Amino acid sequence: MSQDIVHDPLEAPLGSTAERQAVVSAAGATPGQDWVIVTRGIKREYDMGGEVVRALRGVDVAIRRNEYVAIMGPSGSGKSTLMNVIGCLDTPNAGEYWLNGTQVSKMSDDALARVRNKEIGFVFQTFNLLPRASALHNVELPLVYAGVPGDERRRRAREALERVQLGGRVDHRPNELSGGQRQRVAIARALVNNPSILLADEPTGNLDSATSEEIMRVFESLADQGQTVIMVTHEPDIASHARRIIVLRDGMVHSDERRSSFVEKLGLPA
Amino acid sequence: MPFVEAIRLALKTIWVQKLKSFFTLLGVMIGVTFLIAVVSIVGGMSRYMTDQVVGKIMAVNSFELRHRPNINLGEMTEERWRELRRRPRIKESDIQPVVDALPPDVKWAAVGNDNLSAQSKYVAKPRQVLAFTVTNDYFDVKKMAPVNGRLFSPQEFERGMPVIVIGQDVANYFFPALDPVGRELVVRGIPYTVVGVMEKQGSAFGISFDKFIVAPHKSALNRYVNAHGVIDAVMIQTASREGMLSTMETVRQVMRARHHLRPSQKDDFELETSDSALEFWNKIKSYLVFAGVALPAIGLVVGAIVIMNIMLVAVAERTREIGIRKSLGARRRDIMSQFLVESATLSTVGAALGVATGFAFAKLIAALTPLPAAVELWSVLVGIGIGAGVGIVAGVYPASRASRLDPITALRAE
Repeated sequence: MSQDIVHDPLEAPLGSTAERQAVVSAAGATPGQDWVIVTRGIKREYDMGGEVVRALRGVDVAIRRNEYVAIMGPSGSGKSTLMNVIGCLDTPNAGEYWLNGTQVSKMSDDALARVRNKEIGFVFQTFNLLPRASALHNVELPLVYAGVPGDERRRRAREALERVQLGGRVDHRPNELSGGQRQRVAIARALVNNPSILLADEPTGNLDSATSEEIMRVFESLADQGQTVIMVTHEPDIASHARRIIVLRDGMVHSDERRSSFVEKLGLPA
Repeated sequence: MPFVEAIRLALKTIWVQKLKSFFTLLGVMIGVTFLIAVVSIVGGMSRYMTDQVVGKIMAVNSFELRHRPNINLGEMTEERWRELRRRPRIKESDIQPVVDALPPDVKWAAVGNDNLSAQSKYVAKPRQVLAFTVTNDYFDVKKMAPVNGRLFSPQEFERGMPVIVIGQDVANYFFPALDPVGRELVVRGIPYTVVGVMEKQGSAFGISFDKFIVAPHKSALNRYVNAHGVIDAVMIQTASREGMLSTMETVRQVMRARHHLRPSQKDDFELETSDSALEFWNKIKSYLVFAGVALPAIGLVVGAIVIMNIMLVAVAERTREIGIRKSLGARRRDIMSQFLVESATLSTVGAALGVATGFAFAKLIAALTPLPAAVELWSVLVGIGIGAGVGIVAGVYPASRASRLDPITALRAE
């Protein structure tokens, strides 16, 4: 199969389908070191006023360290629910979720908070910055909850802002920054505690196309530096920046392919 | 989140919404204002009673042997009144046996006093003065000293010379613009030479303590003050408080023996200390303190309800912020403590303002009325402590609601 052959150097971290199949089907077993995310038959149901909504109906996903993955799907496909589960904001009703070699699917609220703090950096569509706090303070927040002392916290927050070219804007409040700058503050905040995964939910949804490109370049370079990036989007041209695209449909994985075949299928420019 | 950080965040939040915060903490502020004001005024009155009133009447570590209590502030029943009426007087002849039984380091003075009319040739109108006749140790026990002239010599005491020392009011009235020392004051037709003017004793509740004259016990004045061989009191002062209690017991036994009391009979004389004088005041004080605590408590309850309400609004308004913080790794207790610290800080700021206005209020009352106001450190600490407590109590429910918000729902909130 062509999927087992490495075409593109950018797709290098991708494992083979067989490998993924193996790790996903080994129920109960701790995945190996290089698997950052493994979900096995994840189900999530909501009770919406008596009507049971089955948002996830058994999702198997395996993602290696350093991958840059987009999760796509139309609205109602369960991609937001999957993102919440992967981001430890939500727990599945059934199935296993292994994050970085630890099963988190049965953790308590506070334990999940710890995991979010250490392992996950969120980037949201609406930025979700604290409006009254400076860029620096916003970026400091995860370190505050990690119990990092003040001086080190500010130093690391400054470094993170410099990484996204906002070293000169540390004292600005969100309303004094452009949309792109806000999103870069959010990215700095997501990166400041060196998380295992950067989890972006429609990161360009509130941005114009030029700014979207700019943010995509930031993700690109982070991925190049070895950061695991998972991005949820419904826009194919944004998804096509990732090196692997998982498409959900009706709460299940519909397709899971590398960028080259995804781009080819959609007829997008490569 | 570190505590200092949380307080700084809370102060910032309060400062951003100054007016709203002010109205929120008004209830607590008013409660604490009244608490501080009442405690200060009661405390001031208490100090006044102890230092000015009782301290002027009674000396330190001293007690007085009397036939009935001098300071009658409590309620008086018919029965008690009859009992007091039946008591025998303390006699001149009781002094020596009592004094003989005293330990060597104890000071004592026989004292009598009465209101008598006095006259001087410098002022036409006679006037009432409080006339005392005393024995040698009196001035030493009362810690009274002359500002002009001298006290009596042992010879003047011994021979009962017609000499007196006078209080400031007496000096001012009978000897206007004159030096009273060496001049005469006539009481009941007998002239007494003024040898000294005593320092100012002050006043309590508008009653001056400076309208007195003092003559030696053996002087002619004693006949009018202590008629028929009766004396008003024997004042006894010991070096220590423990000594006072054992000496009181000694005196009690002597007097019971002299009055032939059987063991079953109660004392028919009084051993009065400053404590017995303060007893009644302390009773009033406990009522005042109760009122001073109960009334502000109502204000504090209202304050707590307002704070709880505002904190619930704050939690609702800041749902998204809570969601953001949770997504970044804030645990329940982090969110809980953030809102608890915020409401406690809000309430403590209110209490601190209340302490300030309470003092201002107490000072104002002290300035406008004869009531004094004393600043009590414990009331500041209690006031601020109550403020923090009210904030924590009022904040628990909103904070726990905030901490239990589902991060996904919270993030979606507008």
